[in-house]
Amino acid sequence: MTSDMILPFYQALTADVTALAAQATVPSTDAVQSIRRKALERFTAMGLPTLKTEAWRYSNIQRYLKEFPYELLNDAAPVAPTVAQQAAIPELDCYRVVLVNGRLQADQSTLPEGKGITIGAMSAYADAPGFVTYFNQQHHLETESLAQLNTALFADGLYIELAANTVLDKPVHVIHVYSCTAHSFIQPRHLWVLNRNAAATIIESSVHPETTAVAFANSVVETIVQENAELWHYCVQQGEDSFREVSTTAAQQFKDSRYHHFSVTLPGTPFTRNNTSVALNGSHTETNLNGLYITNKHQHVDNHTFMDHIMPDCNSNELYKGVLLDDSNGVFTGKILVHQEAQKTNAFQQNNNLLLGSKADINSQPQLEIYADDVKCSHGFTAGQFSEESMFYLRSRGIGEEAAKALMVNAFSHDITDAIHVPALQHFLQEQIAEIMNN
Amino acid sequence: MLTIKNLHAEVEGKKILKGINLEINKGEMHAIMGPNGSGKSSLASVLAGRDNYTVTEGEVWFNGKNLLDLSPEDRAREGVFLAFQYPVEIPGVSNLNFLKTALNEIRAYKGLPALEAREFLKLTKEKQQLVDFHSNLMNRSLNEGFSGGEKKRNEIFQLAMLDPQLAILDETDSGLDIDALRIVSSGVNKLRDAEKSFVVITHYQRLLEYIIPDFVHVLYNGRIIKTGTKELALELEERGYDWLKEELHLKESV
Repeated sequence: MTSDMILPFYQALTADVTALAAQATVPSTDAVQSIRRKALERFTAMGLPTLKTEAWRYSNIQRYLKEFPYELLNDAAPVAPTVAQQAAIPELDCYRVVLVNGRLQADQSTLPEGKGITIGAMSAYADAPGFVTYFNQQHHLETESLAQLNTALFADGLYIELAANTVLDKPVHVIHVYSCTAHSFIQPRHLWVLNRNAAATIIESSVHPETTAVAFANSVVETIVQENAELWHYCVQQGEDSFREVSTTAAQQFKDSRYHHFSVTLPGTPFTRNNTSVALNGSHTETNLNGLYITNKHQHVDNHTFMDHIMPDCNSNELYKGVLLDDSNGVFTGKILVHQEAQKTNAFQQNNNLLLGSKADINSQPQLEIYADDVKCSHGFTAGQFSEESMFYLRSRGIGEEAAKALMVNAFSHDITDAIHVPALQHFLQEQIAEIMNN
Repeated sequence: MLTIKNLHAEVEGKKILKGINLEINKGEMHAIMGPNGSGKSSLASVLAGRDNYTVTEGEVWFNGKNLLDLSPEDRAREGVFLAFQYPVEIPGVSNLNFLKTALNEIRAYKGLPALEAREFLKLTKEKQQLVDFHSNLMNRSLNEGFSGGEKKRNEIFQLAMLDPQLAILDETDSGLDIDALRIVSSGVNKLRDAEKSFVVITHYQRLLEYIIPDFVHVLYNGRIIKTGTKELALELEERGYDWLKEELHLKESV
């Protein structure tokens, strides 16, 4: 596959990839270095995804990589606190973590403190027990070349470990600032470990300051939800024109754990790819994957999900909803793999879309592979316009066409927004949706 | 207030209304009756601006404005209200938010500021009591999971909230049991005043025992073939429509 690669970026990358990896010196334990070397081998074997790569058939990442002579950026230029402030969510009572290109900015952050809470830069925790046990262990990462590139080249990110029975009293708002003066390819890497009975809410937002330099973030978050732990994980994507993103979330769940993942993509970033995968390594778990994408102009959003039912008696529920305006397009792939041992699995998946732009489109593919015989699995897909009858009903009450559309889009998104358990975030997103529809 | 002159309309090339003439003045209650398929609900739809109907001939004037030139929302803002025969369920839109949006859009059209939250709630409470609309339905999604009676009561509640000049009730009585019919009718009667006019479209005389009309019109085959007072409704109840049809055929064959 590498023979397809004609990108200067790729050539630069492979020509001296070993030297580049040598630059990524922290975290630098022997174990990490050995993991990096293996990842690099895998990446060079796989190459960058092309349209011939099955999992990337509808997302032409090369188009975005070839426009620029990207630099691999592993350092953080100083960024004023006002930049991170742009991503603040009104009325949200939370801890705040500000990262610039993956590097923790302690002076701009308010970190949770207390017994059982470990939080800080990845580079400082390469020998922490959670890191040693879980770093790069989610095997789904192995098949994704960009995740391998991240593993090989990342410099830093956010490490969180909650000891058993530790419950965070407030959400942690992680604000990723991507700042660069030349076009940059940035590789942040995070690991969040919730041990037995721990619970937390983590909200991710990102900001790329107004600039002509393009930032392309290729980020990986690994989350570990140990026995009976619960993680609410929200990702709010509202990027700028000069931002592109491949965001990989690889979760592992253990017995009786609950993992709720929300990915909300709003207008802005022209190219977003979310790889969201969950490996169920214990039984009696609950997983909710919720996605909402509202896209405009020529925006492209690809949600690629993988529910890996390895153990029996697990429940997963996947709901992705899209509102596609203008010429935007969406991709949804929902893979559900039910292993032979995973009896009594309940795995449901639904992808509903409103195609409102004249050239908007959606490619949706469910991929169900089921090897157990006593399971309940379903999937569904819809794409449509507003119901004319509903529109007429609203208009017959004096509500203008635009306001009626805004009401209908809010209504369409409500099963996602209603499931958000942080009221300030819920309110914020509802307002954002209304604002998008009123413009 | 409303003048309909020689109104012809069709849907998908099929002629439905074939020359309707009707004059409605302030404060009047008009009932329109007629057999199935006579064009009663079509008339309501054309007046409210449902876009699958094409008006091929005739005029409709509402307070000096050409109603047919206006979008459905502008008709509503000018003061025309249609109570739907089959109110639509819209999951995710709360009743309250829907009404607030509607009310404020109408107010903005009239150059009035949006109602403050407190005023809106006060108005809501007042109208809820007036038409006996249960407050626990207020926060639910618009008509979602409502019983037939609850949906019809919601239509009357909206009518009370939006306070139009002309209300068209399209078979609001159909599918209602006698208790619901009483509640709906008493709501309508409480809203009657010297400024407001009603067009009540119904299949059954039963409703007109509760809502006493000033005029009764019989619609048949896209035209009003007879106009009378409330006694006409009683006569229709006793004799059906056939005698009217015969009368019409006799007239037409002369």
